[in-house]
Amino acid sequence: MKRPGPNLVFLFVLAGLAVLAPVAGWLGPYALDILVGIAINLILAVSLNLINGYTGQFSLGHAGFMAVGAYASAWLTLQAGTPSGVNGLVVFASALLAGSLCAGLVGLAVGVPSLRLRGDYLAIVTLGFNEIIKGAVQNAEPLGAQRGLTGIGQYTGFFSAFAGAALAILVVHNLVQSTYGRGFLATHNDEIAAESSGLDTTRYKIVAFATGAFFAGLAGGLYAHFKQFIHPEAFGFMRSMDIVVMVILGGMGSMVGVCCAAVLLTVLPELLRALANLESLPPAIRDFVSNRMILYSVLLIILMITRPQGLLNFSSRRAQASR
Amino acid sequence: MIEFLQQLINGLAQGGIYALIALGYTMVYGVLRFINFAHGDIFMLGAFAGFYVGPAVLRITGLSPSFAAVLLVLPIAMLACALAGMAIERLCYRPLRDRPRLTVLITAIGVSLLLENGGQFVFGASPRSFPELITDRALALPASLGSLATLTITLSQVLVLGVALLLLGGLRQIVGKTRTGLAMRALSLNPTAAQLMGVDLDRIIALTFGLGSALAGAAGILASIQQPSIDPLMGIAAGLKAFVAAVLGGIGSLTGAVVGGLLIGVLEALVVGYLSPTYRDPIVFGVLILILLFRPAGLLGRFQPEKV
Repeated sequence: MKRPGPNLVFLFVLAGLAVLAPVAGWLGPYALDILVGIAINLILAVSLNLINGYTGQFSLGHAGFMAVGAYASAWLTLQAGTPSGVNGLVVFASALLAGSLCAGLVGLAVGVPSLRLRGDYLAIVTLGFNEIIKGAVQNAEPLGAQRGLTGIGQYTGFFSAFAGAALAILVVHNLVQSTYGRGFLATHNDEIAAESSGLDTTRYKIVAFATGAFFAGLAGGLYAHFKQFIHPEAFGFMRSMDIVVMVILGGMGSMVGVCCAAVLLTVLPELLRALANLESLPPAIRDFVSNRMILYSVLLIILMITRPQGLLNFSSRRAQASR
Repeated sequence: MIEFLQQLINGLAQGGIYALIALGYTMVYGVLRFINFAHGDIFMLGAFAGFYVGPAVLRITGLSPSFAAVLLVLPIAMLACALAGMAIERLCYRPLRDRPRLTVLITAIGVSLLLENGGQFVFGASPRSFPELITDRALALPASLGSLATLTITLSQVLVLGVALLLLGGLRQIVGKTRTGLAMRALSLNPTAAQLMGVDLDRIIALTFGLGSALAGAAGILASIQQPSIDPLMGIAAGLKAFVAAVLGGIGSLTGAVVGGLLIGVLEALVVGYLSPTYRDPIVFGVLILILLFRPAGLLGRFQPEKV
């Protein structure tokens, strides 16, 4: 029997989500918070995987694109007066789209310097762009500057968040598996060889950046309309690092691995927090687990030395590719 | 005009610290061709070494806060940082020497995150006040300077620039005049040929890390004397700015690192003085992006075309 195509699976997933959405409503705010967090991190990790994993560029500024999407869409719904009902849905959907497009345009602007830079330099420049975007927001009065933007309507729910995640996975999957998309892997594996076989590696890099940024913007929009409050500090270097860790841990260029890592790394801090609140544990251990980044960083170093293809990546072909 | 000169002085004092950190980036890049992301956090370790060693030194020697106390604490902190830098190289970077650059880069990011968050765990996350090693005061300028006498130059600013210049001179001597320095230069020029000539790769790389980290440690002490509030995340911003300085001056060039550091320091002071502190970081990173776009080799670096 032929396996159903990804587009069909996507429709099934959407239908399944629509059925599950009311169930998710009964779970209570804490569970919903974690679930939506998982969906948003899925979008972020999958879209960064297109840039860092498949195309082999190293971006450290994904949170910057997220900020663009979050602020653009939040500003738009605020301007529209956060209507409710069907009007609200239309406003929300168009604000999300507009925010994602803004982020995609910024991604295009960041992608252009990437033509001339590679490796460490690209990493630093994207980090610099992240700081510049953050700094621009911090100085923008209409966006709340240093105080953050408040009073955003809560439009994001279980369905919209996971529909966004499914869309991101579908688009990145279809893009990479298409004939055109083989060029992303080729750009990663050997840029010079790809170039000499007639592939426009520059274009692939820009497409990867713009698409990745578009979905980061979508994630930002969903985040803003779930938390109802956004602050420039939420989109700093640390946020970018969180996403990078997901992609590396899952295995750069492995869709399944990265998705697993996104789920795992969203749930893990909650488990660690629960552990840190256990009265029976010695204070030193509670302090230790309350800082998840210690664990992440040790994991990163050991992983790079012993298993550079990623912890959750079990495909040997990909393991070859990422070497 | 006085206002401008004042900002210039403040900027140079800050720039001296960036220059010291930038030297470490440039030296490591010279021998290993990779950006040691964790370098800024060595700067933080230097500050904390001073935080713990400083009071002990004052107690044991019975010195009151003075130049002598600074000169005693400085080498201890530098030694501690050199050891830390060499340990990081041995444990994390040496096993990866023949791996792709991306792997090494990710490891460096991991080391950086470990030092920052491990620092929060060990030293505590809240800012600490750095012990007084030297009593800071504004120097009285002779009245014969006229309106220039209204400038404020603090003792710590003089100290920072003085020590920075001293260390730079020492580094120039080491790199330019000793056999080890010769080996370092040979390694950065052509690693294969240098090894064929009998240069011990592991030893020289370890020494380079040690030297660079010692300078970052000194910068940590000097920065904490100027601004006596230290925390485990202080290395992020300083490290990034110093990196921008190294790129601005031309990565791989020692003089470039110093020039770049001073320029970035002055630029920052001017932005803070004339615009707004919130524009400081975006403008510094804007400079980085412009440099990389239009003159990737930096002001004093040599452009090396990539060979296939």
